Amino acid sequence: MNIHEYQGKQLFRDAGLSVQDGVHCTTVEQALAAYDALGGDVVAVKSQIHAGGRGKGSLHNPENGELVMQGGVKIAFNRQDVENYAQNILGNILVTKQTGAGGKLVNNLYVEGGCKIAHEYYLAILIDREEKMPLIMASCEGGMDIEEVAEKTPEAIFKVHVDPSDGLLPEQAEGLADSLELEGAAIDSFVENITGLFNFFVSNDCSMVEINPMVRTEDNRIVLLDAKVGFDDNALFRHPEIVELRDLSEEEPTEVRAKAAGLSYVKLDGNIGCLVNGAGLAMATMDVIKLYGGEPANFLDVGGGANEEQVTTAFGIIMEDPNVKGILVNIFGGIMRCDIIARGVIAATQALALEDPLVVRLVGTNFEEGRRILSESGLNIHTAETLAEGAQKIVELVGGES
Amino acid sequence: MSIWIAEDAKVLVQGITGNQGTFHATKMVEYGTDIVGGVTPRKGGQTVDLGGVEAPVWDTMVEAIEATDADASVIYVPPRFAGSAIIEAADAFSQVRGNGVIVCITEGIPTLDMVKAVDHVSTIDGIRLIGPNCPGIITPGENGGSKIGIMAGHIHAKCRIGVVSKSGTLTYEAVAQTMSIDEGQSTCIGIGGDPVNGTGFIDCLAAFENDDQTVAVVMIGEIGGTAEEEAAEWVAENMSKPVVGFVAGMTAPPGKRMGHAGASISGGKGTAAEKGAAMEAAGIRCANDPSEIGAVLLESLKAAGLR
Repeated sequence: MNIHEYQGKQLFRDAGLSVQDGVHCTTVEQALAAYDALGGDVVAVKSQIHAGGRGKGSLHNPENGELVMQGGVKIAFNRQDVENYAQNILGNILVTKQTGAGGKLVNNLYVEGGCKIAHEYYLAILIDREEKMPLIMASCEGGMDIEEVAEKTPEAIFKVHVDPSDGLLPEQAEGLADSLELEGAAIDSFVENITGLFNFFVSNDCSMVEINPMVRTEDNRIVLLDAKVGFDDNALFRHPEIVELRDLSEEEPTEVRAKAAGLSYVKLDGNIGCLVNGAGLAMATMDVIKLYGGEPANFLDVGGGANEEQVTTAFGIIMEDPNVKGILVNIFGGIMRCDIIARGVIAATQALALEDPLVVRLVGTNFEEGRRILSESGLNIHTAETLAEGAQKIVELVGGES
Repeated sequence: MSIWIAEDAKVLVQGITGNQGTFHATKMVEYGTDIVGGVTPRKGGQTVDLGGVEAPVWDTMVEAIEATDADASVIYVPPRFAGSAIIEAADAFSQVRGNGVIVCITEGIPTLDMVKAVDHVSTIDGIRLIGPNCPGIITPGENGGSKIGIMAGHIHAKCRIGVVSKSGTLTYEAVAQTMSIDEGQSTCIGIGGDPVNGTGFIDCLAAFENDDQTVAVVMIGEIGGTAEEEAAEWVAENMSKPVVGFVAGMTAPPGKRMGHAGASISGGKGTAAEKGAAMEAAGIRCANDPSEIGAVLLESLKAAGLR
């Protein structure tokens, strides 16, 4: 689960980390009031969406797509600037490298007090899957695209693995300050912030914290000028206060509903819907559709123990996508029995009056019974024995209709 | 021999009195697994009916291992307790008999709990953790065998192909593919799709390389992380037996989590194309379609003079 920058900053502030004063706004009037409250000096006016690359993104009119403004993060030097920027941001679509071409509607704004920057750094904490422990990454090349830095100058990224049983050791924090060539008061300020940030990461079950940029001010203090915070979905049960920060408007509504029904769904751009049990097999099913010349419309894993109701919900979710012109069901019944799936498929197609072609491949437990139920249903359901055969059939059926 | 789990391994079930625990313990007994009992805190002294077999329940893993000399345990406890269940099992096996295999089926364990559990297990010699979020491990036998997990037992048959996979149902697909060319399996292991897990690809490949019963291995990967690339490098340097593979997620969009907690492409890393290329470069023949794994395996067996 991700949160907005303004929410992350508030959590940082509560944790005693160095952030600038700032105000969350949803209207131009609030933005102007925030400017006054912050002392009427230089402020940053920042679009709030759950995607990176905001500064280099562009804002567009939601109706006609016309360019409104370049840059989703602006420095305002006076009241008039704040008014202009807030007007250009709120209610418009921000397109960045990470949002895709469709962009995201901006409903939230963060007005943050400015600071005099001497240098920008990059700082992140994440879980290193291979070493199986938290990893701190830092670089003197702040504000840049870190993936680009990693590719071109990997030696410019300093990495510190933190043993979970020891926590972040003072010498590790100091070593990192040294790598970043900090001096004097900035060292203490950095050590305090990185230690606090690491504790924040662990105590809140974060999956990732990225600060790009972290800055050193002209008076040699460290300030966390950005806050991209992600939480481990599996650990949300112990952080009800974090769950409350969730902004569902930032998430694909169908994906949210699928999750509530115990299904795992990701929308794609193709026209062949897939309903599969198991995440690996669901990915493989998409791959094979593509291999035989089709385009998958979605990833959908119904899980290991799906019942008739979940299968019906899954069909409903797939069919909500207007691009879908056919559906491939691929079930390898282990614990899940194929006869139950077959009944679910029939109930769902009848309940939803499915007209698009449907290919069903059932193997595993009770597959003979499952196939018999389908063939005796009198419905227009094609069956297949292998995944390849199923994919070829659905690609042909969909291709023939368009 | 098989790897890690013998056909007659004695197995305990942690969380045996829960719905999932009882259901799957019954299925394991049906298959022929020697379930010697289980553990649920505060339910010690009770028994659980596993389709006609009464299985004893202990409060703690130490008591259960002392009473049964179990070789392995399988964990079906809810996510929030699973990390501590792994640690309890590791300590108990270590204390009572000095070794043991822990298979954790539970899906949805907080990552930092797994970081702690894996760190703990790694400090104790003789303890192997498989999973979490996996179908488990199965060693098919002449009559039944040892199935420790949630996989469909009946699709397996004892023979000479090792199978290792991140995914559950895709493992079934690989198993069915070995059967389609009249082969069978020595041991099949699901290592799970979580970002932080116990046993990895290389552990399995090394064990298969040293196992007399295994002549070739099917390795199934998926997007996310770099475990496949590292395994490929290891195979190129150390493996004499043929390995064939498949990587799921060629069409997965970047930045999206595809069902498994660990299955996502981040920062352009962890793509199926990269993994497939690394595996091919290491001499691992990869199928483009899981329905072709059997054919690719057959060619590799022929090339190695095994068919």
